[in-house]
Amino acid sequence: MFDLTGKSALVTGASGGIGADIARVLHKAGATVALSGTRTAPLEELAAELGDRAHVLACNLSDAEAVEALPKQAAAAMGAVDILVNNAGITRDSLFMRMSDDDWASVLDVNLTSSFRLCRGVLRGMMKARWGRIINITSIVGHTGNPGQGNYAAAKAGLVGMSKSLATEVASRGITVNCVAPGFIATAMTDKLNDEQKAKIQVQIPAGRMGSPAEIAAAVLYLASPEAGYVTGATLHVNGGMTMI
Amino acid sequence: MSDIADRVKKIVVEHLGVEEDKVTENASFIDDLGADSLDTVELVMAFEEEFGIEIPDDAAETIQTFGDAVKFITEAS
Repeated sequence: MFDLTGKSALVTGASGGIGADIARVLHKAGATVALSGTRTAPLEELAAELGDRAHVLACNLSDAEAVEALPKQAAAAMGAVDILVNNAGITRDSLFMRMSDDDWASVLDVNLTSSFRLCRGVLRGMMKARWGRIINITSIVGHTGNPGQGNYAAAKAGLVGMSKSLATEVASRGITVNCVAPGFIATAMTDKLNDEQKAKIQVQIPAGRMGSPAEIAAAVLYLASPEAGYVTGATLHVNGGMTMI
Repeated sequence: MSDIADRVKKIVVEHLGVEEDKVTENASFIDDLGADSLDTVELVMAFEEEFGIEIPDDAAETIQTFGDAVKFITEAS
């Protein structure tokens, strides 16, 4: 089950905790992977760990031209892009009254606009192949909101609307577009929280713990698989029951 | 029939899965050949690739029939 042999996947933000695990699990299922991110060193390390069928494609997602070029580079490296995982994301947290235009624009640019451009860039190949999987990594805060994250929540909610619209357009061509919405996941980002903050969060999670990047990756693997061909426009929430929607 | 018309017809036949004799001068992609809006976008992209031309959105909208396509591509290439 969930065999991706012969498929090629482009994963953005592959230098981060969740992105790296997504790349690992897709690779393990047989896919060729293109690892994209801004920091080359961790990407090279991951590629070395994976061995064959792994390509490193550095890309700064706030650079529109670089984003336009990325799907072409990925197709050149792997022969095609059958699976796109828009995982990269940044935060510029600030309370609304203090949020600058720049904080707003940079988060929307990287988290939403670059995903739009990458989706558009891979569609032609997927349409021809009559097969494609696009998985956008959103967040629980795109559904619940979060103080200090007006920009981030807007971008993540925007991804959901974008995914549903695109899903409708391309469903007849064997292309599915879905979202995975992580709750609190143990990564470098959440490591910064102190024990008291962590304890407060865990009280709100029925599962009583944070999730792991591997648990997000497993959801992505399912949505990328041939078996998920009838699932499109959906958001799979992986949050330990923190918000049941 | 011109070489361009032959190549356009081949793309239309392959893409829409229709009989060659249905692809006549006035055959509308949507009304006569069963294309949906996404098919028309794909056809335009296929024409661009085949003939190495750019078909802007406003021009693409005017390409409704097989004859329209041949005319536009003949003038553009």
